[in-house]
Amino acid sequence: MKHLAPFLIVASVALLTIGGGVILYRAKRVSSVAASPDIATKESKQGDVHSRGPANAPVVLEEFGDFQCPPCGGLSGPLLTIEKDYATKLRVIFYNFPFAIHQHARAAAHAAEAAALQGHFWEMHDLLYREQAKWSAVPDVSQLFESYAEILKLDVPRFRKDVRSPQVEVRVVRDEQLGKSLGVQNTPTLILNHRPLPSSSLNSESIRKAIDEILATQPAR
Amino acid sequence: MARHSPHKSKSSANIHLPRSLQVAYSLAVLVALAGLADATYLTVQSLTGETLVCGGSADCSKVLGSAYSHLGPIPLASVGALGYFAAFTFATFCAFGYRRLRIFLASTVWVMFAAAIGLLCVQAFILHAFCRYCLFSAATTFLLTGILVATTPNGARQT
Repeated sequence: MKHLAPFLIVASVALLTIGGGVILYRAKRVSSVAASPDIATKESKQGDVHSRGPANAPVVLEEFGDFQCPPCGGLSGPLLTIEKDYATKLRVIFYNFPFAIHQHARAAAHAAEAAALQGHFWEMHDLLYREQAKWSAVPDVSQLFESYAEILKLDVPRFRKDVRSPQVEVRVVRDEQLGKSLGVQNTPTLILNHRPLPSSSLNSESIRKAIDEILATQPAR
Repeated sequence: MARHSPHKSKSSANIHLPRSLQVAYSLAVLVALAGLADATYLTVQSLTGETLVCGGSADCSKVLGSAYSHLGPIPLASVGALGYFAAFTFATFCAFGYRRLRIFLASTVWVMFAAAIGLLCVQAFILHAFCRYCLFSAATTFLLTGILVATTPNGARQT
């Protein structure tokens, strides 16, 4: 019996590894966003959100994003193309979720919110993502963000003041709290018509497929 | 930890495995298990797409989300898991007296050692970021290499 011991040990470890891996895989897929997205929907219905696209669009894509997160930046281009391709059928909503591990993420969120006070949130949103690699490497981003405000033809003195305003801080914190209440742990987190997309689907092809599936179930208008 | 069949002992197993070697191989088994757990965790992270998002360590995101973390469509961590499992298997059999399998254990560990050095260089000189899971994996590989070198038969110890 003793000569079977190494075989039994190796087989047991193989089974444990595979079983543990499968359990971990399932747990991680489920816990990517565990909470109900009803809260986000409630916020978006109140109209106090940054949204782009028709208000009555059949598909609503909600993003929790961090402007300094490389995967968020990488996904922003494909998302913009998707928005254009599904122009009349898709509404996109953005929530700030800056991580402390990213040095300038909060400052970037503040810049976007300050631009929002002048009605140019999405222009600043797109610019911040497009220029992410540049400003992420700069020690002091305030001047760079002011130059972005200038490019967008904003009132720069007002922008400078708004960036540090409690109003902007409250707005960013509110988005963060909303994300935390939903169980958001990563960025980008995308919620498509109440359904969180798994991290493995954060690519253009999977997002389009998910949108098409929703549209296929919608009655023709 | 030794086999008693006289017939089998002529082929691969050795009933007179010194106590020090038994301990060393058992230690190698435990170290390989730790590496296997780490590599399995990283494989699962890669398969769930967790490496494609931000949320944990910024450096880990940079390393695990880089092009160097995959061999084509295959996560490098899964290759590491296979390597650790092979090392675990051979170390287990060696601990039970199958001395002829030592050559396979040595081959596996040296390949893993070379890979660990290469990946550390990628992190240091190309990505300029270190992921703690990858550092743990490198540490377990170095430990396995150390155990292997310490158990290398030479002079009086050679059997």
